[in-house]
Amino acid sequence: MALLEVKDLHTSFFTDAGEVKAVDGVSFELDRGKVLGIVGESGSGKSVTAYSIMQILAPTGKIVGGSVKLDGTELVGADENILRKVRGNRISIIFQDPMTSLNPTYTIGHQLVEAIRLHTDRNRKQAWDRALEMLQLVNVNEPRRRLKQYPFELSGGMRQRVMIAMALACEPDILIADEPTTALDVTIQAQILELMQDLQKKLGMAIIMITHDLGVVAQLCDEVIVMYAGSICERGTADEIFYTPAHEYTKGLMRSIPRDENNGQRLQPITGTPIDLLNMPKGCPFAPRCDHAMKVCLTERAPRMQVGEAHFSSCWMNVKDAADRGEITVEGGQDHV
Amino acid sequence: MSERQNDTLLEVKGLKQYFNINLGFFRSKPLKAVDDVSFSIRRGETLGLVGESGCGKTTVGRSILHLYQPTAGQVIYDGKEINSKESLKEFRKKATMVFQDPYSSLNPRMTVSDIVAEPLDVHHLYSTKQERNDRVLELLGYVGLNSEHASRYAHEFSGGQRQRIGIARALAVNPEFIVCDEPVSALDVSIQAQVINMFDDLQDKLGLTYLFIAHDLLVVRHISDRIAVMYLGKMVELADAEEIYSHPLHPYSQSLLSAVPLPDPKAARANKRIVLNGDIPSPLNAPSGCPFRTRCPHATEACAQSMPPFEEVDKGHFVACHRVREIG
Repeated sequence: MALLEVKDLHTSFFTDAGEVKAVDGVSFELDRGKVLGIVGESGSGKSVTAYSIMQILAPTGKIVGGSVKLDGTELVGADENILRKVRGNRISIIFQDPMTSLNPTYTIGHQLVEAIRLHTDRNRKQAWDRALEMLQLVNVNEPRRRLKQYPFELSGGMRQRVMIAMALACEPDILIADEPTTALDVTIQAQILELMQDLQKKLGMAIIMITHDLGVVAQLCDEVIVMYAGSICERGTADEIFYTPAHEYTKGLMRSIPRDENNGQRLQPITGTPIDLLNMPKGCPFAPRCDHAMKVCLTERAPRMQVGEAHFSSCWMNVKDAADRGEITVEGGQDHV
Repeated sequence: MSERQNDTLLEVKGLKQYFNINLGFFRSKPLKAVDDVSFSIRRGETLGLVGESGCGKTTVGRSILHLYQPTAGQVIYDGKEINSKESLKEFRKKATMVFQDPYSSLNPRMTVSDIVAEPLDVHHLYSTKQERNDRVLELLGYVGLNSEHASRYAHEFSGGQRQRIGIARALAVNPEFIVCDEPVSALDVSIQAQVINMFDDLQDKLGLTYLFIAHDLLVVRHISDRIAVMYLGKMVELADAEEIYSHPLHPYSQSLLSAVPLPDPKAARANKRIVLNGDIPSPLNAPSGCPFRTRCPHATEACAQSMPPFEEVDKGHFVACHRVREIG
């Protein structure tokens, strides 16, 4: 059984302008000790997927359907007491902005000790020792002094290390990292990614890495999910996604970023503008920007097709290609990933 | 040599930009945001300027345009030094800027046509209303917008479209030189490529020269002819784009380039990262001598004594490092 099982998750935000379907039928599994990347543009629903798993949505947001199972235990609709034991203990999250995720009025030590004591039955002294141990683990220099400092005295990279230390203090099974390095400089980003890789190997936890940076994904992830407009358009191993992308959106992304293959050539951008979630098209959400859109793309969602061993894509082009080869294996008909 | 000199559009000599930081009780200390930077930009080229936050790359762009009054140094444009009100006014008709944040750099109370026409108003570049309108439509056409967009307000547009409006405004005075300050870093990946291509096209069409400031090294490599690397207010390396990627000589450039996460899993696995220890020192307490010595794996005693000169070690390849001949 997979460690985490997300099935047909739907999360909506109810705003004055109407219902925004931020996550629209997302399913995936995560095994112990694996690194799963979720990539997509802003508004694609990658962060909301993570917040739905943790159930820390803003008050206007609500999970309207689907299930999230951790080790077989259903989390959607679960009692707050159960959720409290899951959050921080079994699933932890680090947020994008290390500047604002720490409380500026308490010392680093206070905040670490608070988190540790909340989740374990250590006393103050033991919790303090644990906090020190965690800071050493994430390579913070002079950890003893840092514990007595306030967040403003630390640099961005240092604060992100503190956040990682806090998230890992209870040895969670799953670490959700929501754009953990976006606010950091390149050389600091390299330090943090290296650290996460080391800790992942050392502690054997699973990581869900949410990012828009394809470079970070290539570096860290075993498996990758590509999201667009609230749904998964493609899922596969990192190599499959980068070298043999199947969905037209993923292909477009790969052509539009500067990399070695297209060095010196003109980039091929994806045309059009990102989708307005309040006015979702009926068919494939990417169809209005897709160069290969067919009639069916505008009216119906594409089914999820298996295009490789663990490689799935929801694109009518894949259906067409498979039909051309006369080997259609459509999985689940209506079930559009 | 003379031909190359004629080729130079903009020359920056010994540029210094210090800001006084108030420490209370009438004490203040200069923050050396840019400290003795010299370089030149050739007509029609794109010079990429990279570095991490706080290294002074944005300040260089702004000081060139005299948005800050430089503390010291010369900015020579087309052979004329910018040192008087008149020369600055002329200069501003030829040199403009595209800002990083497309959300805060457009006035929310002005229509798009007023935003784009503001430089025309300032420099009195039209005689009739009709002329102003025509020019606005022409400018919007350059960036892929049309008359329908002209009467709307900035908030009605997406990030990518706003950046186009900012670019149209920068083009209004028919400039020769544009400082692009992180123009694509606030945009989504799929939109970035559209805007990068637009910069390329406009350069071909209008013969523009760019100073392209960015921290995304893959984007800079794509768009630039030459690249300059800055660290803590100093320029540490300058060379042709391909040269700097294949043979970075300064230890900082080497680690910076190796730290870039490559969007290619096989290359990422093979990549040997040079991970630096520690953080960038505060520019208020910059290290003595070479600013990079506190994080440099090759630093010696001599590095703490004096700032290495910015020398040409190979043809067109400038480096500021005492030990460049030993480690390069």
